[in-house]
Amino acid sequence: MRKCIGIILLIIIAWGILTSLQTMPFGVSRAKVANHYINNGKDETGAANIVTSVVINYRAFDTLGEVTVLFLSAIGLGAVLATIKTREKRDTEKASLILSTGCRFLFPPIILFGAYIFIHGHLTPGGGFQGGAIIASAFLLMYLGCHGEKRLNDRCSTFSESLGGLAFVIIGLIGLAVGTHYFLNNFMPLGKFNTLLSAGVIPIIYIAIGFKVGAELSKIIDLLMEES
Amino acid sequence: MNILYDYIYYAGAFGLIFIGIFTMMVKRNYIKVIIGLSILETGVNLFLISVGYISNGTAPIFSNPGIEAKNMVDPVPQALVLTAIVIGLAVLSLALSMAIRLYKHFGTLDLQQIKEQRW
Amino acid sequence: MIVIVTFLIVAMLAAAVSAYFFRDLLNAVIASCMVSLIAAVMFILLHAPDVAMAEASIGAALVTTVFVIAIRRTTRYEK
Repeated sequence: MRKCIGIILLIIIAWGILTSLQTMPFGVSRAKVANHYINNGKDETGAANIVTSVVINYRAFDTLGEVTVLFLSAIGLGAVLATIKTREKRDTEKASLILSTGCRFLFPPIILFGAYIFIHGHLTPGGGFQGGAIIASAFLLMYLGCHGEKRLNDRCSTFSESLGGLAFVIIGLIGLAVGTHYFLNNFMPLGKFNTLLSAGVIPIIYIAIGFKVGAELSKIIDLLMEES
Repeated sequence: MNILYDYIYYAGAFGLIFIGIFTMMVKRNYIKVIIGLSILETGVNLFLISVGYISNGTAPIFSNPGIEAKNMVDPVPQALVLTAIVIGLAVLSLALSMAIRLYKHFGTLDLQQIKEQRW
Repeated sequence: MIVIVTFLIVAMLAAAVSAYFFRDLLNAVIASCMVSLIAAVMFILLHAPDVAMAEASIGAALVTTVFVIAIRRTTRYEK
């Protein structure tokens, strides 16, 4: 019965999509706003990666909203898991020496790679979101390999998360006060194109986002592994 | 062959979307519903990226001086999808923590047996 | 080129369908991980390297781990 209803609904949706896809050819044109971003973004923002300039400069207010959604869902996860009263004791076996030593050996290079990804976000593919995810996967490796020995430092993760969020908001408000146009106006000098110290506030904001996303995703993994 | 090349990405994306919606509607296990949500999300991301594609295009990065601006693919859907993936992980982990809580409280994950979740 | 793309899309849809049919939830999670991984390859083919990096690190690694943790805390088999 449920399958019949589902198939009928999917046929209706498919008919609607087929009629609308005929007006949308593949690989022909792009929107006018994209033309503006591609032609002028290099001179206006100074970032070589156009996706970065859209995320951090043109649509920075959207990015603030997305970061807020991430924060709220981490809070919700903590609130849901904190109401579990009875935690059964699970018997865990210690990992072997080779496994835990290998995890400890691999932990700093992965952190370094994540930091490289989000510092070079305006030059190469990557950025704060990807770098934060890579840092969270380094913490996940520690949880899998050295289970029960070390945990995420609670105060340190809260501090870096708050620092990232505050840096984003304060730099955005300074841009709003100094310039005239929009949130996160690029008020610093743009510098030489395609070098590391260029593009004004974009690397600073991406470093802040990297700290915030890395701390939040690590906290989510910590809550799921230890608290539930 | 030409028609196949025009619509193959759309076909893949909408195939994923349909499988995701069907899994979410039909299955009774709560974790299976969340797996359907994850597949649906991947399909929507693939559709948004393939809308912004241009034939014989390049990635929107001025990495060396020879790259021309007129061949670049659309950067706006890429910026949208980039943040949507991160949000997807947070929403999925929130839903899974709800699943853990439901299992601790009711002792089952079958949505037919949990009274408030039946449809 | 078109042969590679067609093969990838058929493999992706097959993985999604098998994620629907598996009774063992761990197998279903690994199948949905494979969907994410092939989607990351297709983002590279569509010239979106930023999105491909995010999808490969989040969609294929972290989402799978979160699912596996949740299955460890609840039941493994769908009735």
